[in-house]
Amino acid sequence: MKREMICVACPVGCGISIELSDKGAVLTVAGNQCKRGENYAITECTAPTRTLTTTAKVKDGRNPLVPVRSGKPIPKGLLLDCVKIINSVEVTAPVEIGDVIIENILNTGVDIIATNICCHI
Amino acid sequence: MKFDVAIIGAGVVGSLIARELSRYDMKIVLLEKGNDVSVGTTKGNSAIVHAGYDSMPGTLKAKLNVEGVKLMPSLCRDLGVPYKNTGSLVIAFNDSQMVALTKLLIRGNQNGVPELRIIGQGKLRELEPNVNINAMGALWAPTAAIICPYELTIAAVENAVMNGVTLLRNFEVIRAVREKDGMQALFSGSGEVQAKYIINAAGVFSDTVAAMFGDKEYKIISRKGEYFLFDKKLSGLVNHVVFQCPTKMGKGVLISPTVHGNVIVGPNAIDIEDKEDCSTTARGAIEILDTARHSITRLSTVDLITSFAGIRAHNENVHDFIIEQSSSNPNVIQLVGIESPGLTAAPAIAEHVKNMLMTIAGKQKKKENYNPIRPAPVRFKELNDEERREIIKKNSAYGKIVCRCESITEGEILDAIHAPAGAVDVDGVKRRTRAGMGRCQGGFCGSKVVEILSRELNIPLDEVTKFGDQSKIVFGKTK
Amino acid sequence: MTQKYELVVVGGGPAGMAAALRARDCGVKSIVILERAETLGGILEQCIHTGFGLHYFNEELSGPEYAARFSLLVEQSDIEIKTDTMVINISNENIVTAVNKTDGLIDISAKAIILAMGCREKPRGALNIAGTRAAGIMTAGTAQKYVNINGYLPGKKVVILGSGDIGLIMARRMTLEGAEVKMVCELMPYSSGLTRNIVQCLEDYNIPLKLSTTVIEIHGKERVEGVTIAKVDRNRRPIKGTEEYVECDTLLLSVGLIPENELSNAMGIALDPITGGPVVRENRETTQSGVFACGNVLHVHDLVDFVTVESQTAGEGAARYILGQFEEDAYITTKGMDGVRYVVPQRINLNCNRDVKLFFRVGQAYKNAVIYVENNDEVILSRRRPKLAPGEMEDVVIKNEVLKELPVNGELVIRVEVQT
Repeated sequence: MKREMICVACPVGCGISIELSDKGAVLTVAGNQCKRGENYAITECTAPTRTLTTTAKVKDGRNPLVPVRSGKPIPKGLLLDCVKIINSVEVTAPVEIGDVIIENILNTGVDIIATNICCHI
Repeated sequence: MKFDVAIIGAGVVGSLIARELSRYDMKIVLLEKGNDVSVGTTKGNSAIVHAGYDSMPGTLKAKLNVEGVKLMPSLCRDLGVPYKNTGSLVIAFNDSQMVALTKLLIRGNQNGVPELRIIGQGKLRELEPNVNINAMGALWAPTAAIICPYELTIAAVENAVMNGVTLLRNFEVIRAVREKDGMQALFSGSGEVQAKYIINAAGVFSDTVAAMFGDKEYKIISRKGEYFLFDKKLSGLVNHVVFQCPTKMGKGVLISPTVHGNVIVGPNAIDIEDKEDCSTTARGAIEILDTARHSITRLSTVDLITSFAGIRAHNENVHDFIIEQSSSNPNVIQLVGIESPGLTAAPAIAEHVKNMLMTIAGKQKKKENYNPIRPAPVRFKELNDEERREIIKKNSAYGKIVCRCESITEGEILDAIHAPAGAVDVDGVKRRTRAGMGRCQGGFCGSKVVEILSRELNIPLDEVTKFGDQSKIVFGKTK
Repeated sequence: MTQKYELVVVGGGPAGMAAALRARDCGVKSIVILERAETLGGILEQCIHTGFGLHYFNEELSGPEYAARFSLLVEQSDIEIKTDTMVINISNENIVTAVNKTDGLIDISAKAIILAMGCREKPRGALNIAGTRAAGIMTAGTAQKYVNINGYLPGKKVVILGSGDIGLIMARRMTLEGAEVKMVCELMPYSSGLTRNIVQCLEDYNIPLKLSTTVIEIHGKERVEGVTIAKVDRNRRPIKGTEEYVECDTLLLSVGLIPENELSNAMGIALDPITGGPVVRENRETTQSGVFACGNVLHVHDLVDFVTVESQTAGEGAARYILGQFEEDAYITTKGMDGVRYVVPQRINLNCNRDVKLFFRVGQAYKNAVIYVENNDEVILSRRRPKLAPGEMEDVVIKNEVLKELPVNGELVIRVEVQT
């Protein structure tokens, strides 16, 4: 089966065509102008990942929320479950940039870290 | 709760009546179905004090218009609201229109309008340099003026409340019952008040309200008019209220400065079924702007800030204001069909209704401590540097600018919320302070106004509304 | 009482911070940043998504993290900061009038001023969308603030008008916080947002992107109940018969950004009618002596990384001005033609003794294009570009040696041609 996508690895945005087997394995990749494009296409088809950015509740903080993100990209299919878990925690102020809010979320090996400070109220 | 007088409708007419009656030792209640005062016809019109040549001589419209013009400047001064004596021009493009102007002149003279005259091309161009070069001449009415109708109404209610009037918002009268003791019981969905005398100033709903007292012969046609507001950059495009020759549906499309320095263009006139439909239409925009360009050819949509629509109550069968004692109940005064020049006439209507009431109820004792003055609210933008320093020293809240476009401070927003009959929603803050009326239309200050309302009214953010009821700004917390 | 500083920077976002830090490095001693919010960081504080810093730091950061890199340096320096402070006037003699709760009204006399106020969003009123004035109509940036700073959901069933990056980002953000984003409508036949955002904000969540479509009416008495959308023709006029009612409780608008030019307007400095920002020379000085501009207040950028670089140019320009380092006047103007909508800077001093980067935007999408920079119909340089888009700011460098050869009072034209 065929899949079309636009590569986002660099601003050129090559249109890439991928041939996949019935089981979803990548057979061929065409249209890319570099190796990064090929890698992007393969990853997108077999194990797509995304950086998750959202907010977490703060207790005793000057603001009610602190923005957070995944330290590294995580599997795309786990994003919404990760958001549910993040929504269920409450961090206590003060928070520093880089503080680990949730360690190894959903066993991905990736931490959820704070991306802004939140002072104590 | 028992009162001497209940006024139904806190628009400009009902509010000025309330204030007028608050001079007397009477218990007065002002009932408003909306979440705030001035939210009906009062907030959607051209804000003009008409000179008085439009109405047919001998009508109540003509009489009260000309009286209202005389009362308006001192009223606005007492209530601390803006008033600008711009004068008005009805411009003519051909001979038959010039003849029409002469007819207006004669009518105006009959109505007692002072200083009215017809001018030629030269004088017209001197008064309005940007007017279409094809304009032949104009009827010049130097006594016409511009005001802010909702600021006037809000100020009148504040003053009335200070003088003892009770304001009940979110009180929609749905039923009236004549009690055995001669009192009227007025019911809303959730409350009841009783009053001896009733004044029906319910605007587009006055026919429905009149019927509750037994008068079923009134019929109001709701007539919608759309308006367009232009950036203050266009200030100076016109100096007067510039009308075109009137048509069957009304005074036609006008271009006018506003008291705040914007330019307003409109209205069209469309009869509508839904009495509360204040939506604007794409067609209306094209029609109005095309027509307006006859007067000022350089009008462009590039500087459009916003548009709005207003609904006015037009009497189906009677070409005049109806202000009369109810035929079913002598203690009820009906005001039906107060369309243009209703705003201009409002101060005179208040006196007229007061006189009617004194005839019905007998002369009333005047209050000893009645105070007609409502001090103008702080307008940081209009203060000089020295005054600004002083006021920030007095209250540091004036040192925080919330509305960037109009330079409105947190202090002014707090004043608006904590004033008598103060703002309880975002639109209420907007009308009292102008926060959100600038070129970014609340993009910067909107969320800050919501935060301030939440804090000051002690309600969670998701209970702050735009104008009450279901118009909440945000839904619940995200998590 | 008038305070005195060598440099006043209006705005403590990425532009203001980078400019102030560079001016410091160039030797300016007394600097104050006037910021209207409670903290430094500007709009980045609410831009919690990543994609910032790819060029400048070679890292992928969220907005607040990118801002923190600079605010940390500012706080560690002797640059003064006044937050919760709004500048309300700048005189022609470079006196800055500002107001805050603690100082009241302050007049600051400055040798040089850097305007870094950023930009604002176009509201519904400017588009004149017909319909009601129900609650539930707001710009995407306002929704972003409610979600990311206040923690409230502005709507549950959302239609977004405008496929610029802010609209796309909010499509994803609202979805992650539990709203149903029904569609993103885009007036043009293409999206002005980054492809990466189309993929990661729309495709990932199966949110349809309707091109050549606009909202023609808003319905709902107290709260939005729905919108009517319609397809548009080549002239962007709604096509009769294509109207469709979409049920929703929220309309988010992402329909254009305008430089925050209230102050610039009031000062009477020359503004570029296309960018909406001040006319500047290569060191970012405006037409008022000693007043510089950088970042989104000058022209709306796509990437904050380039805001930082531009602001450093302005900071250095202001520093040289303060330190009395002037070049002799010898100006050439720039102009965009044939597909190039605007060029910044609008003027170059040929004695500036450095390479000058010209920034520009095209008015439509191009494939296989060539950019020509010409003077007097003579091609000074040409560059091939496989792709050009209105949503992606381009730049071209004019080397100092080339500048030195150009005639004074001449014109440098940038134009685009499709290679056949």
